[in-house]
Amino acid sequence: MGTEEAETDLLTSDPGTSGRFGNFGGCFIPETLVPACQELEIAFREAWADEQFHSELDRLLADYAGRPSPLTICGRLSEELGTSVLLKREDLNHTGSHKINNVLGQALLAKRMGKSRLVAETGAGQHGVATATAAALFGLECEVYMGEVDMERQALNVFRMRLLGAEVRPATTGSRTLKDAVNEALRDWVATVETTHYCLGSVMGPHPYPWMVREFHRVIGSEAREQCLKQVGKLPNTVVACVGGGSNAAGIFSGFANDSQVRLVGVEPAGAATVGRKVPGVLHGSLSYLLQDEFGQVSEAESISAGLDYPGVGPEHSYLADTGRAEYHCVTDEEVVEAFGLLSRTEGIMPALEPAHALAWISRERADLAGEVVLLNLSGRGDKDAAQMVEYFK
Amino acid sequence: MQVSLDNHFSDLCASGRKCLVPYLTAGLEGWIECLHAAAEAGADAVEVGIPFSDPVMDGPTIQQASDKSLAAGTTPDSIIANLAKSPPPVPTIVMTYTNIAHHMGYDRFARSLADAGVSGAILADLPLNEAGPWCEAADASGVATILLAAPTSSDDRCRAIAERSRGFIYAVGLLGVTGERERLADSATMVASRLKALTNKPVLVGVGVSTPDQAVEASRVADGVVVGSAFVRRMLEGASPEDIGETVGEFRTALDTLL
Ligand SMILES: Cc1ncc(COP(=O)(O)O)c(C=O)c1O
Repeated sequence: MGTEEAETDLLTSDPGTSGRFGNFGGCFIPETLVPACQELEIAFREAWADEQFHSELDRLLADYAGRPSPLTICGRLSEELGTSVLLKREDLNHTGSHKINNVLGQALLAKRMGKSRLVAETGAGQHGVATATAAALFGLECEVYMGEVDMERQALNVFRMRLLGAEVRPATTGSRTLKDAVNEALRDWVATVETTHYCLGSVMGPHPYPWMVREFHRVIGSEAREQCLKQVGKLPNTVVACVGGGSNAAGIFSGFANDSQVRLVGVEPAGAATVGRKVPGVLHGSLSYLLQDEFGQVSEAESISAGLDYPGVGPEHSYLADTGRAEYHCVTDEEVVEAFGLLSRTEGIMPALEPAHALAWISRERADLAGEVVLLNLSGRGDKDAAQMVEYFK
Repeated sequence: MQVSLDNHFSDLCASGRKCLVPYLTAGLEGWIECLHAAAEAGADAVEVGIPFSDPVMDGPTIQQASDKSLAAGTTPDSIIANLAKSPPPVPTIVMTYTNIAHHMGYDRFARSLADAGVSGAILADLPLNEAGPWCEAADASGVATILLAAPTSSDDRCRAIAERSRGFIYAVGLLGVTGERERLADSATMVASRLKALTNKPVLVGVGVSTPDQAVEASRVADGVVVGSAFVRRMLEGASPEDIGETVGEFRTALDTLL
């Protein structure tokens, strides 16, 4: 069991039973859900210390999800940008994004806890597809909440989820995007907590989710570090990832936590620059930086990318920003669309709009990054965004 | 006027009276008049919802009311100012979500409630383990923090919640969000009787208590009820303060049959 005293090592620490990263984190949820979160914490601690759990998860990650994902050294892109770009290819995982790493872990846990149903929120639909996939694989019931706006702009993923046997329910309130989908998933869980596991899709939410989800994605960073050393003979100077809730960033950052010379950069959309504004608040279970108005009402984020269209951010990222271990920047929708085309054109890889944010930052900062080795977490592939881009270019 | 909720509710219980606490969302048309009408019709305290953009513990009725109130430009300050200007003649309890208090600062929020004569506060997403800093600020301003206990809370947790809760313990009557239900969930009387066995403090059942009959059924075990969506729905449908007073009166009459 964990101790009350959290260690302070960034990205490697156990946040203790209070779930704190510095002052951030915690478990701010209705009492009805507190026992379920405590049960989940205990189950995760036991599983994470259990070799059998690890071997079962590792086998699934390898034989089902296709891990390890490759590290691609970009030739033409690097030449164009004047900096050496490496891609961690999470887009090549089964279901097309990094989200599957976390979902397979949580689905195994749900089985261990005897839960027969998964509920999830989704923005871009990648987490929803991954959850529906795991539910199909394990024979679990699955319900996914998705903002009405996102169901439209990510229609392909709605079709995929339904084909996989999941119920997709529209969130019709508020901004009708990811934030509202989380609200609906929480309301569902309050009513169904006895039989249902909430398969949360990022390093956010109440304790133990931010910590547990980071641990399930740690594999990204561990693999990438080893691959860098093997393929280019040194560590990258800079590691870049997009940040919605922050799970793909936490995953890749964690591999370099102890390499203090490696610069860690998270990239947010300009219309959802949560960390950038540095106003703390409590939403969806944790205390973290939060976009809100002068009265504490949560603001609606605005982004071309459904997966990053979220006014909050995982609590550990707020802590990483405060301590200066990681820095957070933002890019505009226009820069993102350009990066989307750039990677397609130069490398034959169509990225999802989310990691296109990370590339957009590299592209903008190319002069500063000249001559460096830059590792980009390519968290997902762009098929889901093709239809939206057709409309955009019209 | 600010009163001690501990004394207020234990006195009521000692007299054998079942407590009736109507909830309504502040900022809806005529909300202040509705509070006064509810008090005159026999409410023992009134619960005032400060709307939050993301009310995860609330069902469609209170979500709709919150959106409507926010769209009309309601702010925490405007609500508190209105309560100060025309304080209801019974103790007032404010209900909201943590971020509203956190954003204003726990101390300032607690002080402004106290200055407006508010006696208690409920933060729906602030469970016992996180409540410490807020409770200290609230205590310092004489604002009673009422904590929620749920059907899923273990006896040990219920005991600790009861220990820290002031005024009464809010027993969540069902697994789910606020909203009217056809019948009272079995969990309502189960959680109430569990709590009654663990504490001497008053226990009121809320969430899913929608009719006078359900209020009576819950209050056979509990010390009273909190009723929200049944009133808020009527307000959304255009009920006048007199209509609300009448409905509160029906709950009062029903509960008084248990005297
Ligand atoms: C491909 C991809 N990358 C990133 C994200 C954002 O999530 P996170 O910040 O948790 O990595 C999403 C979310 O939908 C996604 O689909």
